[in-house]
Amino acid sequence: MATPASSTAAQLDEALFTFLLRMGDNTLVLGHRVSEWCGHAPVLEEDIALANTALDLIGQTQMWLGLAADVEGQGRSADDLAMLRDVWDFRNLLLVEQPNGDFGQTIMRQYLFDQFHLLLLRALQDSADDRIAGIAAKAVKEVGYHVERSAETVIGLGDGTEESHGRMQAALDWLSPYVGEMFVSDEIDAEMATRGIVPDPASLRAPYDAALAEVLAKATLSRHEGDFAHQGGKTGFRHSEHLGHMLTQMQWLQRAYPGAAW
Amino acid sequence: MGEVPGQVRDAAVPDDTPRTASRPPRRDLPVRPSPDQIMAWLDAVPDPEIPVISVVDLGIVRGIRWQGDTLEVSVTPTYSGCPATRVISMDIETALRDRGLQDVRITTQIAPPWTTDWLSEKGRARLQDYGIAPPSPAGGPDRCPHCSSDNVTRISQYGSTPCKAQWRCADCLEPFDYFKCI
Ligand SMILES: [Zn+2]
Repeated sequence: MATPASSTAAQLDEALFTFLLRMGDNTLVLGHRVSEWCGHAPVLEEDIALANTALDLIGQTQMWLGLAADVEGQGRSADDLAMLRDVWDFRNLLLVEQPNGDFGQTIMRQYLFDQFHLLLLRALQDSADDRIAGIAAKAVKEVGYHVERSAETVIGLGDGTEESHGRMQAALDWLSPYVGEMFVSDEIDAEMATRGIVPDPASLRAPYDAALAEVLAKATLSRHEGDFAHQGGKTGFRHSEHLGHMLTQMQWLQRAYPGAAW
Repeated sequence: MGEVPGQVRDAAVPDDTPRTASRPPRRDLPVRPSPDQIMAWLDAVPDPEIPVISVVDLGIVRGIRWQGDTLEVSVTPTYSGCPATRVISMDIETALRDRGLQDVRITTQIAPPWTTDWLSEKGRARLQDYGIAPPSPAGGPDRCPHCSSDNVTRISQYGSTPCKAQWRCADCLEPFDYFKCI
């Protein structure tokens, strides 16, 4: 489009800002969910592993939302974006806001997201935007470690006892309808892809399905056929009821004591 | 120019005190310490979580340069959420001020991402002496840091800090930390 650069310079790069919120909100919401296990996991090693995973995700959130705040240029910080937005302003996938359930459901949710996250970050390392490529190069190392552990744990529990197998299959059945949203492309994705900043999410579907099939086969778990996908998280159109409840926990301190710092 | 407490100035009398007198003459900077000297000072700043190695051993000091009269030190985080990063930046700033460098700015540099390949040889040896197996590209420790046995098994991929995993020696039966290789 032949819009003069001068007239657009001061305008918010809406597509870029939204994309960055999607990245940062995914890691923020999942990071918070995983941190809910702190002090409650079935064994100490798992407690530590979950807390470390949450820590990585929150660290990545600071980078994504920090960049989103810079791009927005309204003087908001990453903390402001995390703690002072309401549920309808969040742009995370519905998958990551789903409650922890039992340990199996938490691990299954983690694996389903980690596998997608890894493929996305690998592609983002080649982003035309250096800032995004830099964050992706940093995060991809941590996420490679996350997926190694979550895939291994899915396999261990799926191909485990009758009890653990049953729980993992139930978790997969429950969470499968949340997978499709990761690969739905909208006009934001289309614009980002055209500008060479972000891959088209639909292009990640085939490698995702292949990796998932391999892990699930080892885990002796089966995925139901069918394309039904809950949607409305990444667009913000309709989050599940769980996100609002989560935010009341996550944001209460900044809401009760605005500007509190230590 | 500060007001002297209790002194009442007569507004009717024009103030013709030379303004320039209030400003101290610009002090000539002593010879700027060399980059090697600065790195040597930083090599005395311990990692807050593994104090046997320094922030230089850890490979997180990525650059030092003068911007006018300001010394800019760029630091890269190990893990993006590592809570020690802020403490490290404060420790670096304090150490340089103690050496007489007043104007120091710490910047965070995330690209290229930190890798355990940047750990110094000295740092690796000190980790081993301290009982932490240094990172190995094989994805696990070569040997037990206590008895040198290679009969080791993993307890968990994670440990007490983001940079470590937990392993155990099947010979001396001691658990130990392994510095993850990333
Ligand atoms: Zn041993």
